[in-house]
Amino acid sequence: MASVIAADNPGAAVLLMGNEAVARGAIEAGIGVASAYPGSPTSEILPAIADVSGERDIYVEWSTNEKVALEVAAASSFAGIRSLAVMKQNGLNVALDFLVNLNMTGIGEGGMVVFVSDDPGAMTSGNEQDSRMAAKWFDNPLLEPENAHEAKEMVAWAFEFSESVNLPVIVRGVTRLCYTRGNVVLGDLPAGMRKKARFSDVWDMYNPTKSKFTATPSPVAHRLLHEKFEKAREILENAPFNRYSGPDNPELLIIATGVSAAYSAEAVDVLHLKERVGLLKMGALWPLPKKTILQWLSRTKNVLFVEEMDAFMEGSVMELWAGAGLHDGGIRFHGKCSGHFPPCNEQGADLVIKALTDILKIEHQLIDADYKREAAEYMRLVPNRPINMCAGCPHRATYWAIKNAIALDGRNGFVCGDIGCYAMGFGPPGFFQARTMHAMGSGTGVANGFGHLGRFGFDQPVIALSGDSTFYHAALPALVNAVYNRSNFTLLILDNGATAMTGFQPHPGTGVLATGEPAPVVDMEALCRATGAEVMVCDPFNLTETTQAILTMMKKNAGVRVIIMRHLCQLVKVKRKIAPRYSMRVEPEKCIGESCGCDRLCTRVFGCPGLMWDSRAGKAMIDEAICVGCGLCADVCPAGAIRKEEVH
Amino acid sequence: MRSLTKEPFNLIVAGVGGQGNVLLSAFVGLALVNEGFTVTVADTFGVSQRGGSVTSHIKISKKASYSSVTLEGKADVVLGMEPVETLRALGEFGNPQVVVIVNPRPVHPAGGIPYPDLDLVKQAISGLSARASFINATDEALKMGDPLFANIILLGALMGADVLPLESGAMLPILQERFSGAMYDKNIEAFNRGIDLCRNP
Repeated sequence: MASVIAADNPGAAVLLMGNEAVARGAIEAGIGVASAYPGSPTSEILPAIADVSGERDIYVEWSTNEKVALEVAAASSFAGIRSLAVMKQNGLNVALDFLVNLNMTGIGEGGMVVFVSDDPGAMTSGNEQDSRMAAKWFDNPLLEPENAHEAKEMVAWAFEFSESVNLPVIVRGVTRLCYTRGNVVLGDLPAGMRKKARFSDVWDMYNPTKSKFTATPSPVAHRLLHEKFEKAREILENAPFNRYSGPDNPELLIIATGVSAAYSAEAVDVLHLKERVGLLKMGALWPLPKKTILQWLSRTKNVLFVEEMDAFMEGSVMELWAGAGLHDGGIRFHGKCSGHFPPCNEQGADLVIKALTDILKIEHQLIDADYKREAAEYMRLVPNRPINMCAGCPHRATYWAIKNAIALDGRNGFVCGDIGCYAMGFGPPGFFQARTMHAMGSGTGVANGFGHLGRFGFDQPVIALSGDSTFYHAALPALVNAVYNRSNFTLLILDNGATAMTGFQPHPGTGVLATGEPAPVVDMEALCRATGAEVMVCDPFNLTETTQAILTMMKKNAGVRVIIMRHLCQLVKVKRKIAPRYSMRVEPEKCIGESCGCDRLCTRVFGCPGLMWDSRAGKAMIDEAICVGCGLCADVCPAGAIRKEEVH
Repeated sequence: MRSLTKEPFNLIVAGVGGQGNVLLSAFVGLALVNEGFTVTVADTFGVSQRGGSVTSHIKISKKASYSSVTLEGKADVVLGMEPVETLRALGEFGNPQVVVIVNPRPVHPAGGIPYPDLDLVKQAISGLSARASFINATDEALKMGDPLFANIILLGALMGADVLPLESGAMLPILQERFSGAMYDKNIEAFNRGIDLCRNP
């Protein structure tokens, strides 16, 4: 499927994921550089470009974090080459310090698009955030596509827009855009030689923003930014992404952004309201195209805002309406202000239908009531299915060792968690061991602080966790800080050889580039030793040794100790066709289940998905469709009922 | 282009993260686009892929691109890779006309959460659908040497049921593009096995 991304077949309709469509749009616009840090829901954009980077002559990189990614991309634009930086909402926060200066300096001759995706419903994230708000507070142009095809068109258009206003352009997605495949009509690929990259060495008095990239003097740069913003607003008034459909004077005007426009269109369709309700679909959002909006506000007495998370359009349009002195006209506004939509979570056409039936006082029966009653009855059978670490996951081994080491230590030690698959450690998969979890690298940062509380009587040992990719991203400065400031904790780096949660992307410790080519390995162990921390390496599948190592390090109770827990991610093993090490079985005569002192420890607490509880037989079983033969449960079973045999 | 019985026509693929629903749904979507349909395929990605409940929503249209998620109670076909997940999907998207194709092999939830009696689950699935076919895809896949073939067997069953506006042959170029050599042969075997299981239960 990768070849489609660079297929030279204009006019063909192909099926692309939103993320692939973003990649295609950037390729059609002739980008020369793309950089990112992996973060779902955007993780597939960079690999899609990397797959064709050779044939399209594009430099791609997985950067160590989003700020670096943005800086790498910006340099390319400064030198006249179009660039794309990609990040999820949390990544935008990391990159903001650069971005709030970049819009002040401008981006030079090469257009620059920053694709940021939010995650309403936090389907792939620890938080929900409406990144559109950032564009408003630090003054940056903002676009938001409705579907995969529009994402491609919009990204390509955004580069020209960026160049015409000399500003980076944020294109904002949401999870449903990024992870929905849809028909995309391919456009032309750029032909001919790429222009030479060059940083202007001539001071141009008349156009300093194209030869000088410093945001000082700031008041001048800020004024210039606002001048550019007015030009940007004029362009957005005529952008092809704001469209109206419906009657000339609608009884109700829906103003919807991004995927919410599709939800709205579907609701209007289902309720047969095309003659009564108008839909202003907004894709070019900021700076707010005031004329376009005022023109439609003047034709209705009822407005419904449909957008996910914050009341971005709702607030901005109501501000505009009040400021324009039109409030004598008496419009009733509906949306989050009226309680028809929540300020959080994912929405959908169902919610829009509900809002429309309420506002317009119409009846609509979506579901057969008898069926619904019967279904509700049957739903009592359906158990929860909490997320879990995979069968064979090294993090389960690490958490098991941590749990036992903390119990043996006996001083109420605890874990400062971090972002990655091991974030699940706050719940059953990590035996409830992780007690804090915030941002990338924060486990180590927070542990720094705990390590200084001894003077106030704090006497609990602290363990910080960091993934391998997370270590390079943001835990490294916290480790340096800890050694320098003489903090006191044990850092466990869970080195599973991949950025696993987001799709096994390489990082500086893996020796592989985004393109798959070999790279120098930035030696994690040497890096840690260079800080002055005490460092050791363990394989968490050696449970006894690992537990002992953690306990020993906890007991030292001074300085910074690092244990690198090194074991390859099970899913990467599968990808590399590494065969199972053991074949597993349960000896039924030895497993006495609930009568055992352990009360079925393996399925009740250990919880590997490869283990099942046979409630009829009262015994544990191996699920052969899931078990990967890691052998860990054999070491956990206190009755010796789970047996492992080396596979030859 | 074959005709659609409904506009849009909604297929839901329900399963557990890791069972291969994303790949299966992409294959169906690709075949439909090749036939000239406008489709959206909305998947669950990210953290839920780790053993959680996952659904893919496939909306098929002759004229327009719809929003990505199925309206409540509006599934036309549910392809279930796991029984409890199939039932969960019926609770949200089912209706008296829905057709179900389901792999009856349970995947137990983690943390010792008990799995309901399978016979009751199967009864519930039958009770909430116009027609339900139970396809022992995991068992057949294990016979073929790898449980992961279950998703291609189910894809075959879906084609064999003839509920989508697609000939089963429309899937062959998609499989051909994705797999090569011995893997292609194995997947074709799984695909045909699925068609057969559906047509000659």
